[in-house]
Amino acid sequence: MSLELKKVEKKVGIDTHIHPTSLTLEKNTINVLLGSTLAGKTTLMQIMAGLDKPTSGEIWFNGENVTGMKVQKRNCSMVYQQFINYPNYTVFENIASPLAITGVNTEEIKQRVGKVAELLKLSAMLNKKPDELSGGQQQRTALARALVKDSDLILLDEPLANLDFKLREELREELPKLFEDRDCIVVYATTEPSDALMIGGNTATLLEGKVIQYGKTLEVYNRPENLISAKVFSDPPMNIAEIIKSGDNCKFTDNNVQWKSSIKIKDGAYKIGIRPHNITTYKEGNNSVEINGKVQISELSGSESLIHFTNGNLNWVSLSNGIQQKNVGEDTKLYMNTDEFLYFDQNNKLVNNG
Amino acid sequence: MNKTINQKAWYFVIPVFVLVAFNAAIPLMTVVNYSFQETFGNNVFAWEGTRWFKQILLSERFHASLGRQIAFTLIILLIQIPLGIAIALTMPKKGWGVPVCLILMSMPLLIPWNVVGAMWNIFALPDIGFLGHSLNAIGFDYNFTQQPGDAWFTTILMDVWHWTSLVVLLSYAGLNSIQPAYYQAAEIDGASRWATFRYIELPKMKKVLTLAILLRFMDSFMIYTEPFVLTGGGPGNTTAFLSIDLVKMALGQFDLGPAAAMSLIYFFIVLLVCWVFYNLMMKNEAQS
Repeated sequence: MSLELKKVEKKVGIDTHIHPTSLTLEKNTINVLLGSTLAGKTTLMQIMAGLDKPTSGEIWFNGENVTGMKVQKRNCSMVYQQFINYPNYTVFENIASPLAITGVNTEEIKQRVGKVAELLKLSAMLNKKPDELSGGQQQRTALARALVKDSDLILLDEPLANLDFKLREELREELPKLFEDRDCIVVYATTEPSDALMIGGNTATLLEGKVIQYGKTLEVYNRPENLISAKVFSDPPMNIAEIIKSGDNCKFTDNNVQWKSSIKIKDGAYKIGIRPHNITTYKEGNNSVEINGKVQISELSGSESLIHFTNGNLNWVSLSNGIQQKNVGEDTKLYMNTDEFLYFDQNNKLVNNG
Repeated sequence: MNKTINQKAWYFVIPVFVLVAFNAAIPLMTVVNYSFQETFGNNVFAWEGTRWFKQILLSERFHASLGRQIAFTLIILLIQIPLGIAIALTMPKKGWGVPVCLILMSMPLLIPWNVVGAMWNIFALPDIGFLGHSLNAIGFDYNFTQQPGDAWFTTILMDVWHWTSLVVLLSYAGLNSIQPAYYQAAEIDGASRWATFRYIELPKMKKVLTLAILLRFMDSFMIYTEPFVLTGGGPGNTTAFLSIDLVKMALGQFDLGPAAAMSLIYFFIVLLVCWVFYNLMMKNEAQS
């Protein structure tokens, strides 16, 4: 079983919402579509489900061309950012609704709904209406409705975005387990890089209607093919600087920060990308290099400290462990872990690959 | 927190008190005054107790006009609510059609009531009116000034034309507040068009529909101007609804006592129905 997009393109008027995209999603995988709002995640999902037709290109499912096939004939389910349930159905009736429509018998409905409800901790609320539930429970009901059907394709469109922090964490931990023994392809859209890392599986980074990179989540994170993919998969935003390399010596173009590098690339001008957690107020790793910064904002979250600082034209973010008290306007020293630098060439392609 | 004591604030409330007193309380008290007494002019009154109320409540004339009123209100509600929802469902959701439809829909609502009556009067005249003449030309024996059935038909048609838009606009607003994801979810479930309407659109429109029903009930129950201009309550008394009958009694016959008693009964009926309706609405609200 696999879902294959072949050069799928979506245009609305003169706007291109999805640039020609080819993507193959395998059976029993969770696939994260990672990108900011308007990156085309929802459009792509709707095309996968058959809720929307591509302008050109084909969609194949299980070796069958399903382009333009209506969603009712495809065995898929979808969960939305908003908590979508039938307002005057009880939780039980809501979960049972996709089964009831396809004419499953009452006994089996009871049994299957009971099983899914237990999985999602809804057993005690089966007789309540959606309005009487908390946001988390409403979204669990919507998830249960998606799961009860044994769909081939389950689409989750930012399902956690409208939940408060605690519930989000809780449900996010449960999600991958829910899909573990299922014979289906799961697609999960999110704007949060941390969601992708927690869920694992595969990740596709998206920007402005283009799939930038698709692969195993950790690989995409550790070895982004290019600067755009690295930027999409970094939160807080990635720090970027122009550098000059000559021999072993690397140096920032804008200031005097320099370090030794054993990287095997030609001499010349490059860009480096540094994730915020690789710039810290203390030394980390064996090859750290110092950088001066003027503190702009300092956000303490208890376990972590986010310090925004400037150095010449650079306006960067650093992320240190613990509480690192800094005053706004203060000049401070920070340390960059040079082992973790990502080097990109002038075409923004990653060069220290592997 | 301590309350600030500022007695000057009363000055801001006084105008409202005065206004309400003059446009509601004082006229109402005058009516109450008339309803318990016989007036002989020159401010001479004689106490009658509840005589007028008994007389009205037992009079066949009142029963008849109340019956007509209830029938009229029920009929127009039964037509306007489903028709309004149906039109709202077929209206476009985006594009240039939206403003066009909205403006067309609001037109009837903007026309003064007596103009509506006059328009339909001319429109329905059997000899020169477009509607009346056409109906007769294709073989119907239509004459709303002489045949009660035709008078009712015309009055109802006029009210439907005038007020369905209100239901349409309210339903349209209710429909527009439903997120598209609901429709997609229904589509994925394979729900039929009817099921989508029954289980998504209708429950989501509940609040605006209750409001629409309440507004249409009140307005139609108190209808006066349009049928007065169109039929004048005729032929005979067949379209004399409560308010028309009331005016006939008060200003036509100058029976001020019974008319006052009738207007109080009329007022209490409207108040009672609204109160019951409002409480039912609130009860549902508290449940969910």
